Amino acid sequence: MKAKTKTNIKKAISLVILAVLASLAFIPLYWMVATSFTQPSLTMKFPPDIIPKNPTLQNFEDLFERRIIFRWTLNSFIVAGTVTLAQIFVCAMAGYALAKKKFPGSKVIFSIYIASMMIPTQVTLVPLYILISKMGMVDTYQALILPAIAAPFGVFLMRQFMVSVPTEIIEAAKIDGASEFRTFAKIIVPISKPAMAVLGIFTFMGQWNSFLWPLIVTNTSEMRTLQAGLSLLQEQVPMQYSYLMASATYSAIPMIIVFLAFQKYFLKGITVGAIK
Amino acid sequence: MIYLEQIPVKPIKHKTTLNDVWRGRSGYLFILPHFALFAIFFLVPVGWGMYLSMFKYNVFSQTFIWFDNYKRILSDWLFLKSLRNTFVYTFGVVPLWLGKALLVTVLIYPFRKGIRTFFKAAFYLPHVTSTVIISMIWLWVFNPNFGLLNYFMTVLGMEPVVWLGRSLTAMPSLIVMQVIMGGGSTIVLLSAAMASIPEYYFEAATLEGAGSWAIFRKITVPLLKPTILYALVMGTIANFQTFSNIYIMTSGGPEFSTTTIAYLIYETAFKNYNLGLASAMSMVMFGILVVLGIVQFKWLGSNVEY
Repeated sequence: MKAKTKTNIKKAISLVILAVLASLAFIPLYWMVATSFTQPSLTMKFPPDIIPKNPTLQNFEDLFERRIIFRWTLNSFIVAGTVTLAQIFVCAMAGYALAKKKFPGSKVIFSIYIASMMIPTQVTLVPLYILISKMGMVDTYQALILPAIAAPFGVFLMRQFMVSVPTEIIEAAKIDGASEFRTFAKIIVPISKPAMAVLGIFTFMGQWNSFLWPLIVTNTSEMRTLQAGLSLLQEQVPMQYSYLMASATYSAIPMIIVFLAFQKYFLKGITVGAIK
Repeated sequence: MIYLEQIPVKPIKHKTTLNDVWRGRSGYLFILPHFALFAIFFLVPVGWGMYLSMFKYNVFSQTFIWFDNYKRILSDWLFLKSLRNTFVYTFGVVPLWLGKALLVTVLIYPFRKGIRTFFKAAFYLPHVTSTVIISMIWLWVFNPNFGLLNYFMTVLGMEPVVWLGRSLTAMPSLIVMQVIMGGGSTIVLLSAAMASIPEYYFEAATLEGAGSWAIFRKITVPLLKPTILYALVMGTIANFQTFSNIYIMTSGGPEFSTTTIAYLIYETAFKNYNLGLASAMSMVMFGILVVLGIVQFKWLGSNVEY
């Protein structure tokens, strides 16, 4: 009985600490959403209302009057969507080759992929920009999409997953006379769906939230993605907090929906590749 | 007794022939789509960046100048200051955020699965929100006149502080913000590793009368070491490159007190168009990260197996 009380007290203290730490991170996010529904004149009021009085959609109406925001949204969807689909496809193929195919140089190639994951973005930033401008691709979708598909992490992730796929299944398919590509499409792809889902979700999130590259490689407002566009708003109307928070809420919502819908993959996914 | 696998087997040296290449052709075909893009948009830029770092490369000239860029940046006070800032930021954020992640992981471990998932999700939520958005929110939290933080300061009877406007408080403010909002993915990672520790380790230790702290130090941390090492190395690399929060919140100021290397490289390359100089900076940054990675592996990784 006494030991049980002790565990319960311990658990209660744990809960308090956890709740405090979690709220510290949650309050700013809540405040963003709450402020986006607050009358602009009330945003400077102290103490702030925990639940906005007379909530309004005014901020969102003002935001959507700037038509350009829909263009940014479209750009974000085009870029994040294309990169995600393409990455799943090419990384699954490359991962399969590195995990299950024997060919001279495969080990060297795999080491190159691993080593490149340690290289900071800044190393490729400047030469990549010069390369893109020499190809005449500055301010185009290709410039936003192609370098992102080339990222090495997905190949590593798919390879780690496919190593554990039993080789017997592949050989059985071959004996049955299936072609190389058919084996890949009918055997490997269905087995690898969980890993592909994880890769897809993380790629989409990374691309949706990507900021530095779109900032550099686009120079007209029309080609900006949502995140790079937001920073423009922040520069243009720095003090209109209800308006800025409405734009922040608007651009955060797609990711939060994706997160809540695919929570399981998010919380399982990061461990793929990190722990063997 | 000698086990079979203990007998050293000398691998038969086999020279790669064209025949091997031909037989491996399907492997090459499968890897080609990604590798081609990877070569053009990653490997070539890395090599080119090294070459570029030896050029005076701007709008007016493209001259080969050997190591002059390196000599110049290593004696440039702003570069050295930004290095220092980056170190302060990284070594401020990473230990605190790793400590927070460890604490949360240990605290949620005894709870039911539902509660664990709830907290994991709650801590992960800021992670799916972009740095741009988080920075916009915190810019307001830190606002000297109508920010949430100064409101609490006045409620507690303290003087309001110009958090981001003074060189003394700007960097610590950014570090605190990062620690509060960050760590979500590390918590998930550590929880998964902790769930794989057999439960009877903890039960046995409790029966032996070990306290929570002893269990934490003698069982939890040693068994989580590989994951901690992974989080440490990856966290160092990520925080060393911090850019978006600096860009949105401080533009490197006041008085360059929050200018990180990543931000300085951006300014040098895309505001001043000194592309060669910026490349040299990025190479130095890369070199430092390699050294840091090696040091961390040596320090923590002596008995880590992969």
